[in-house]
Amino acid sequence: MDYLNNIDLDSIKIIDKSEYPTKKAKEDKVTNDIDNLFKELNIHDGAVISFHHHLRNGDYVTNLIMKQVQKLGIKNVTLVASSLFPTNKELIPLLKDGTIKNIVTSYISGELGEAISHGELQGYIVMQSHGGRGRSILNGEIEIDVAFIASPSSDNKGNISGVNGTNSCGTLGYAIADSMMAKKVVAVTDSLVEYPNSPADITEDYVDHILVVDSIGLKSGIVSGTTMITKDPIGLKIAKDTLKVMAASGLLKDGFSFQSGAGGISLAATSFLRDYMIENNLKGSFASGGITGYLTDMLEEGLFDSLFDVQCFDLKAIESLKRNSNHLRMSASQYGNPEVSTVVDNLDIVILGATEIDTNFNVNVMTGSHGMLMGGSGGHQDTAAGSKLSIIVSKLFSSRIPLIKDKVDVITTPGSTVDVLVTERGICVNPLRQDLIELFKAAKLNVVDINELKDYSEKIMGVAKPIEKTDRVIGLSEYRDGRIIDYIYEVK
Amino acid sequence: MSYKTLLFMPGNNPGMLQSSDILGADGIIIDLEDAVAITEKDAARILVCEYLNTFDTTQSDIFVRVNPLDTPFFYDDLDAIKTLNITGVVLPKASVESMEALDKYLTENNLDFKVIGLVETALGLEMAMDILSRSKKVIGVLLGAEDLTLDLGAKRTKESEEIAYARSRIIAVSKALQIEAIDTPWTDTDDYEGLKIDTLNAKDLGMTGKALISPRHVDIVNSIFAPSEQEVNHALRVVEGVKAANEKGLGAFSLDGKMVDAPIIKRALNLLKMSGDYKEEYDGLLK
Repeated sequence: MDYLNNIDLDSIKIIDKSEYPTKKAKEDKVTNDIDNLFKELNIHDGAVISFHHHLRNGDYVTNLIMKQVQKLGIKNVTLVASSLFPTNKELIPLLKDGTIKNIVTSYISGELGEAISHGELQGYIVMQSHGGRGRSILNGEIEIDVAFIASPSSDNKGNISGVNGTNSCGTLGYAIADSMMAKKVVAVTDSLVEYPNSPADITEDYVDHILVVDSIGLKSGIVSGTTMITKDPIGLKIAKDTLKVMAASGLLKDGFSFQSGAGGISLAATSFLRDYMIENNLKGSFASGGITGYLTDMLEEGLFDSLFDVQCFDLKAIESLKRNSNHLRMSASQYGNPEVSTVVDNLDIVILGATEIDTNFNVNVMTGSHGMLMGGSGGHQDTAAGSKLSIIVSKLFSSRIPLIKDKVDVITTPGSTVDVLVTERGICVNPLRQDLIELFKAAKLNVVDINELKDYSEKIMGVAKPIEKTDRVIGLSEYRDGRIIDYIYEVK
Repeated sequence: MSYKTLLFMPGNNPGMLQSSDILGADGIIIDLEDAVAITEKDAARILVCEYLNTFDTTQSDIFVRVNPLDTPFFYDDLDAIKTLNITGVVLPKASVESMEALDKYLTENNLDFKVIGLVETALGLEMAMDILSRSKKVIGVLLGAEDLTLDLGAKRTKESEEIAYARSRIIAVSKALQIEAIDTPWTDTDDYEGLKIDTLNAKDLGMTGKALISPRHVDIVNSIFAPSEQEVNHALRVVEGVKAANEKGLGAFSLDGKMVDAPIIKRALNLLKMSGDYKEEYDGLLK
């Protein structure tokens, strides 16, 4: 628009009638020929290819596309998947033959994670948070060549909706940044619907191609992992004590905001919170994160004004998203990108889990007791940093494995952002939060020093044997702002 | 001590035992009897001893349910627990013979254990007064409705009409002997509404507490047996009234237009004991 600063507009050339635009149909985006599509995409060695995980363990798209990449002999690909699940064990041969060289993800579980821990990835794995993933894609730190978006439904122009279609999976929050920034965007769908497909999570202006396949997966696979309230009496005690912690913090008042995970103890705490809110005539502002039916019930009961949903954890949440206008979609960036204004910064309370926690309150949710990759931050880092009160809930022992250690295997969430640990044998408060210590003691909660709790645990269970690892770094634990907070080593 | 809740824990489950003291029950009954298979009796005894010698269990009173006298395990169980720091023993299938045997053993071994008699047979029910009088160490009676209804040939139902007579008889005996009347457990671990109704029925009949087989039942039963704030306030007013009347040399007085006599004072004192508001200075009030 050079003419805006051009004083002499008479010098600007006006086009001739012969150059006037003509109406012509845009190229058809729809194909069911994967071979032809790949020719057009021209994916090369070393390409960066992304996927989202909203179908969770029911996803077929990542395996389907990556096997096509393998078939074409493309090597050294960087796989940027928002999460990887046990179903992705089919990718293990692609590590061995060099199809996949590097992986960037926020969560990994199952045999693929174990293979990577045993050194089968030729490059590196970078573990990000959900907000960190959104940040790194939107600010150009990660440049995606092709984003393949598993689309529960799409029309022929590429309006993608997560709530319509055979395999509706709800909000598509983790794919938004990919659709905006990838050089090419392919909607992969098994439900081609009439134009316009509404409500669209990703609109046609961001979609280049539509690949129609027999099935993108199984919506029933969304409900993977724990999404039921625990019946374990120890878990229930922890959940009850968590409610006491929330109440004693002074944050449970009209307009408060809340997030909890989908683990059994977190869900029990949410259930107790619901009873507390009804009993005390409290109304919250919003609940956020991965959304479950427990939270959609609370929305419908009027206990929260709205839900911010980045990921549906069960089928009830999908139905709610479809019909309830106060059940709001959000992108991973809106959820937790540290470089912009985000929902997590408006959170009062978050309840999170931990595989391990150390005496400096650093949390590991990435590797298990054998040191192998079996999880990841997801929104852990983001919400811990953004909320006024971050609460870790966990049993002090899991079978014979102690929770509290001198140093966690891999730091996922820095202790500087973790406020409280609730176990069945006491509540530990980060010394950085003297204000909470005083409030909790005034409320006569069982506040104990985390070092004392560790000593008690070791007295009963003994000290855990160190995990046997090699000196080879296989990956990095990245903080949400892009800085590296820990190495991930190969397991012997 | 008044036991609103007495929670059964299998004596052969280390995972459950190690958490027994944090579940909020007034007392724990570690079971060496029905919960433990015959082939595991030895192992359970060892585990229970190790657990009680290793863990700090002062948060709850610990009772051990031994095996009945007519089994080969009765004295083995007593020998195993006699050095432990426990509150007492629960005697299953309590009979005159077994109560005397237990009392004799405790006396001979100079053990200051308390005894809760488990009434769970038709004979035991009809002879409850006699059985429970056989030892001064008895502080409570526990109704075992599952075995009792089996013995009676009755169908066990959630409505519990089949044990109405047994409950009332147990309660009458316990009041006569001034011991605690502890109700039979609610066996449907997931039916919380049923538990509430059953517990309220038992409380209204006069039971002072309830045995439990699920830790998830503890809070519900505790809250039902716990005196309400209103009840505690009324009891405190009764006690203050008695003190004032005694100072004035009055034998009787009225509160809110109702005469306060010995049964009302006794009820108020019991309630304050249950709520934890009882003070030593109340000891002499009931003359």
